[in-house]
Amino acid sequence: MPKDSGIGTSPKRREDVRFLTGNGKYTDDINLTGQSHAVFARSDVAHGKINNIDISVAENMPGVLAIFTGEDFADVGGNPAGWLINSRDGEPMKEPKRPVLAHGKVRHVGDAYAAVVAETASQAQDAVDAIIADITEFPAVVDMETALAGGGFVHDEIGTNQCFDWGWIEDNRAATDAAIKSAPHVTTLSLVNNRVVPNAIETRASIADYDRGTGDYILYTTSQNPHLTRLLISAFVLGIPENKLRVVSPDVGGGFGSKIYHYGEEALVLAAAKKLCRPVKWTASRSESFLTDAHGRDHVTKIELACEKDGTFIAFRTDTMANVGAYLSNFSTVTPTFLHGTLMAGNYTVPNVYVNVKAVFTNTAPVDAYRGAGRPEATYSLERVIDKCARELSLDPIELRRKNFIKPDQFPYASAAGLEYDTGNYDALFDKLEEIVDFGGFNARRAASEKNGKLRGLGINSYIEACGIAPSNLVGILGARVGLYDAATVRVNATGNISVMVGAHSHGQGHATAFPQVVSDMLGVDENSIEIVHGDTSKIPFGMGSYGSRSLAVCGSAVVRATEKIINKARKIAAHMLEASEGDIDFKDGKFSVTGTDKSLAFGEVAFKAYVPHDYPHDELEPGLEETAFYDPANFTYPSGAYACEVEVDPDTGQVTVESFTAVDDFGNVINPMIVTGQVHGGIGQGIGQALLENCTYDESGQLLSASYMDYAMPRASDLPFYNVDHSCAMPCTHNPLGVKGCGEAGAIGSPPTIVNAVVDALHSGGHTHVTHIDMPVSPVRVWSAINN
Amino acid sequence: MQNISIKINGKSVSGSVEGRTLLVEFLRNDLNLTGTHVGCDTSQCGACTIHVNGVAVKSCTMFAAEADGFSVDTIEGQENADGSLNKIQQAFQDHHGLQCGFCTPGMVMSAADLLKNNSTPTEAEIRTHLDGNICRCTGYHNIVKAIMAASGQDVSAIAAE
Repeated sequence: MPKDSGIGTSPKRREDVRFLTGNGKYTDDINLTGQSHAVFARSDVAHGKINNIDISVAENMPGVLAIFTGEDFADVGGNPAGWLINSRDGEPMKEPKRPVLAHGKVRHVGDAYAAVVAETASQAQDAVDAIIADITEFPAVVDMETALAGGGFVHDEIGTNQCFDWGWIEDNRAATDAAIKSAPHVTTLSLVNNRVVPNAIETRASIADYDRGTGDYILYTTSQNPHLTRLLISAFVLGIPENKLRVVSPDVGGGFGSKIYHYGEEALVLAAAKKLCRPVKWTASRSESFLTDAHGRDHVTKIELACEKDGTFIAFRTDTMANVGAYLSNFSTVTPTFLHGTLMAGNYTVPNVYVNVKAVFTNTAPVDAYRGAGRPEATYSLERVIDKCARELSLDPIELRRKNFIKPDQFPYASAAGLEYDTGNYDALFDKLEEIVDFGGFNARRAASEKNGKLRGLGINSYIEACGIAPSNLVGILGARVGLYDAATVRVNATGNISVMVGAHSHGQGHATAFPQVVSDMLGVDENSIEIVHGDTSKIPFGMGSYGSRSLAVCGSAVVRATEKIINKARKIAAHMLEASEGDIDFKDGKFSVTGTDKSLAFGEVAFKAYVPHDYPHDELEPGLEETAFYDPANFTYPSGAYACEVEVDPDTGQVTVESFTAVDDFGNVINPMIVTGQVHGGIGQGIGQALLENCTYDESGQLLSASYMDYAMPRASDLPFYNVDHSCAMPCTHNPLGVKGCGEAGAIGSPPTIVNAVVDALHSGGHTHVTHIDMPVSPVRVWSAINN
Repeated sequence: MQNISIKINGKSVSGSVEGRTLLVEFLRNDLNLTGTHVGCDTSQCGACTIHVNGVAVKSCTMFAAEADGFSVDTIEGQENADGSLNKIQQAFQDHHGLQCGFCTPGMVMSAADLLKNNSTPTEAEIRTHLDGNICRCTGYHNIVKAIMAASGQDVSAIAAE
């Protein structure tokens, strides 16, 4: 009989009701008594020396309470990069200080150099407008090649715009070079992975409060990881002891990476709250979000694929310049390196892989992890060059991939890029794709499109990603400054309902619904009696938050471990109550029973005894039923997928429309199919957005040209199709207790190359065989220009 | 400052506003009706969509003073009289038409406006109607499906769980 609750079912999301009725509680919805408002003065030039900031008029304006400049934070710490990367020659990366407010120089448009706190936001804005900043503008460093060639430096003190020159795996370099030199066929492709802006629809916001009596701070903020934010503020920036700082991340309106990081605005409102002994609130405008949220991608890459004439892969070699912007955001150094380079073997048995990444400072906003973080860049480079190779060798793109896939009996598989894939079956994914997609009918559909004057293309793609981030021992070796475990506390209350405090943070992923499904299955209790608590460092154990498709694989595993501890303790209590030995107690379907007897206790009865221990062996058992577990994964998890899409191209206008999109993913076991499907939909939507529409563009003086929704093409409903999503080919992860792999980023990783492969295919069908590549976004002007040389 | 009176979700309210106060600011800051959200500053995202005199309006495009004497409906007034979700809200929950929930109030208000004027919209009509409402989470699939379902159309053929 199919299950009607627990793992594998799709209960409606319990959090939906409050969101649908206007009762969500996002940071900007919070208003504290006596609250004041901060507004930031931001640079309108990309690069310049701050000579003087005249606040004499502003500070006397109505309602103004305080004005801060970079000078006020000269002695506090910088906001650090979370990973220390070494260059190929062993030199540590360059890590210039990232101050709370710009001090000495402004380094990108939007760089905040002052902040006004006033009674109202309007008064603060009026005062900001009255600040007179004397800034000598310098030429901006925007283009990465120019930046590496020297000239002006974003950070004068380090004397270079190169943050690091990283090789992966350096010992493989010579062999890869030799393999490419002697290969029968080499396909080369130069491409740009376009810069995008994450654009969570809720902008960043923070409110700080300070209690003069206790010295305690509270920070309400839009964070994907409140403990990590607290750690960064406490250990690196302001030095507030962790036990005096409570970070609360309430409902958060989307993150996609951009809300992982600590930003200077959080430190500013904390410092201002202490100075004024009043709550201080700041909410970003959308323009501020465009200017200052960490952007994503922005790689310029040359990739070479060497193979035999029959298509057997011999080597992949990648040279990438990765833009890190003006300052190193917290994950900015790991994203283009380990989250990118280690995936450059893809799903393939290629023996030689070498990746070189030069990270480049420019006078632009910081660039950091955005949905997929490094893996979309790896997949895009690899799957585009494979598609080009198939075309050069006149091989079927699916057959070329299948020919080189790691086969199911080869797992665990040590990839040439340094990861050990635990499990996968890439042929099965393509079998399923071929079953779902009517490839046989494609020619007829193409002919029908052509009758309407359109060119139809079919795009194929394969991906693998590494998520469930990440084993602490491994990331420690790779340069991480933190561990990447997670934590959960399961508290069974006296009357049997359950609170589960988790380090993961839900900002759309449905943890409040999915995590109880796991606990409910394990304890045999109604999932509606289980409540998830997240997003408040004063309530939850020290977990590292949600990103890298890690919530279920890592924090969910901690939930399992803590629940196992609950069962173990409850078994002891039940043994006492049933006057049996612990070894004779069975636990099934929410009941403890003595083997071979009809004596049993419901879970709730045992829970009650734990809290009312009138008759209790106190020398053997502590009262209470609450357990915490920390879980550190043994490996990454490795979701993979086979994607296909069909596009129509209007050769007269260059307009591309997506006619169909199919995603077949292996996520291992699935807890809530409805939520998983929704995650894939969202990822695909963002991936198609990057492929067809979105482009974050700076002009040569460092002005952001795409700084509003009028200039930055966000995907609308009319730009996107219905998606066909399947995750029935499940190869459970072998090393976490739920067998889950992670689904949050898959769609954004798998879809961009699928789209571009389809567009190139469409153009070839129309005889435009000179077009081997079009950079994203594949906009009408780019397609039209490609067609017309 | 200007005194204004507005009927909001059937109840009369009054307040005193600056000339520059936007209607959405009045709703959120003065009336604590925080279900109406702000997602941009150029009237593109639609998170602040409400109904003014029965017509969908982005509440960042009106000054509060302009709404003096008008009737305004927000997400907080959309439930059925017994407190249950209305058919659009229920369809959004049934079909997983929301994730982070931030754009959702605007989506629901915009969908209500569509269905009021077009009782059984096609997929294309729904997608076109939503051009003024941006969602970053769902890829729109389940939003479009939910609105079709709310209009009584059979959505079982649309791929999903």
